[in-house]
Amino acid sequence: MNAEARPEVRLASSSVGALAAMKGVFARDMKVAFRQRQDLLNPLLFFIMVVTLFPLGVSPEVSFLREAGAGILWVAALLSVLLSLDHLFRHDFDDGTLEQLVLQPQPLFLLILAKTIAHWMLTGLPLVVLTPVLGVMVHLDGNSIAVLCLTLLIGTPVLSLIGAIGAALTLGLRSAGVLLSLLIIPLYIPVLIFGTGTVAAAAEGAAVGAYLALLGAFLMLALTLAPFAAAAALKISLSNG
Amino acid sequence: MWQFFHKLGSPKWFFGISARFMPWLLAGGVLLLMAGVVWGLAFAPKDYLQGNSYRIIFIHVPTAFMAQSIYIMMASAAVVTLVWRMKLADVFVKAVAPVGLVLTFLALFTGAVWGKPTWGTWWIWDARLTSMLILLFLYGGVIALDRAINDEKSAARAVAVLVLVGVVNIPIIKYSVEWWNTLHQPASFKLTEKPTMPPEMWVPLLLSVLGLYLIFGWLACIRMQTEILSREQRTRWVKEFVMRGRS
Amino acid sequence: MAFDSFSAFITMDGHGPYVWACYAVFFVLMLVMMIGSVRSRTAIIESCRRGYEFQTDKSKVAATSAPSASFERVNVSQD
Repeated sequence: MNAEARPEVRLASSSVGALAAMKGVFARDMKVAFRQRQDLLNPLLFFIMVVTLFPLGVSPEVSFLREAGAGILWVAALLSVLLSLDHLFRHDFDDGTLEQLVLQPQPLFLLILAKTIAHWMLTGLPLVVLTPVLGVMVHLDGNSIAVLCLTLLIGTPVLSLIGAIGAALTLGLRSAGVLLSLLIIPLYIPVLIFGTGTVAAAAEGAAVGAYLALLGAFLMLALTLAPFAAAAALKISLSNG
Repeated sequence: MWQFFHKLGSPKWFFGISARFMPWLLAGGVLLLMAGVVWGLAFAPKDYLQGNSYRIIFIHVPTAFMAQSIYIMMASAAVVTLVWRMKLADVFVKAVAPVGLVLTFLALFTGAVWGKPTWGTWWIWDARLTSMLILLFLYGGVIALDRAINDEKSAARAVAVLVLVGVVNIPIIKYSVEWWNTLHQPASFKLTEKPTMPPEMWVPLLLSVLGLYLIFGWLACIRMQTEILSREQRTRWVKEFVMRGRS
Repeated sequence: MAFDSFSAFITMDGHGPYVWACYAVFFVLMLVMMIGSVRSRTAIIESCRRGYEFQTDKSKVAATSAPSASFERVNVSQD
């Protein structure tokens, strides 16, 4: 990887405010990602392929797909977020940028929050954008697709935030990818349950406001707690090597 | 007070004091567990609804109870590790996690076998069984992370972070699994909830829970001792302890 | 006693296999765990002891067969 492709973090002085620092980290992560477009595309391709496997592997019947469609899309989205988590800190860890980040005077959890938001914009958001197309392919009706998109919009940031903890814990370990999945999947279960449950409730014609509010509560909880845990984990992992 | 606290953190002190307690823990635990199990198996009255298959309760409930409380204990120890960096706390987490895994597995296994005569099937996606299964995954993750990190100190602290993240999630997981369960199969037959349990049933149950608790205490002590010995090999007190009785 | 005979105690109205399988697996796993814990403790004590004895043997050998010339530091003050 040449130096040109990896712009530096420019926030060395403590005079830079925390918000400006977050903006800097965010902008840098976006820039790096857009210079390596293949990395952006891979989780999306994975998402589409996993969804394709279900009609092929189980049944292409409309009745089955309509019933299972929301679950399939949710599981596929969850797996592709999981797959992309390895990139969250890995490159920065390999070239030493991460150590610089930890040494910044600004609080680390804010910088991690900025990185996680960038990660979500690059993986979670494209998944949500793709969902209507795949939703039509698994024969979901319009209302279900709308609700599914909403749940994914609220749910995928939670996946990124919780995933950041796992990515920070497994940083620099051998076979980090498998270990990351082992640690993180149990923690994803509540989000999955409420995400698919909301769509199921919508399909039965029930009001979904309360369920969406619960998902929102998950998001708030993850937003407030996960960056601290990820920051603590990151410091531990960096002192390890 | 603080002096006591520091003493508590000293592996050497723990080694001495635990050796004094351990025989009592083991004897009391085995005695209570055996009393509870024999009473429950042979003398407790038959359940009018489930017949004799309910006798599995005398090991299912103790293992399920221990599986959950061990995770809570590990979380408390994790706080101590992160805040005070007490050596003994991370020795505890490391020593006890496999015990928790085995007990969770036992709770799942006995639950599944109990389900066969009661529900007519080995596995049912019942709220309790499912959240137990997720607890098993959490234990597995803790053990896997601990094994994966070579450096002892950072392994202990990383595991502590993971255990705390897990313990925040446990109530959420429990709640969401229960909600999910009512969504998919309303009003299923509950295993352990009874309107009233006669004392001939709950007294042996209490005995076996207490017995298993004491046996867990003994297991925790002996496994912590093993861990301490391997960590402190280079210290003089370990050498004196090991070479004692030899010229 | 809740059962009329010993065979009734074993069969438990047809639920016997389930109940006894549970208890068997429980006791086997508990015993394996307990014995395993005791054995790993004695194993670590044994390995420590071997390590210490190896060390003392080595220092004994070093003491008896003292070489005629050595590179050890000589504690003579030079001022």
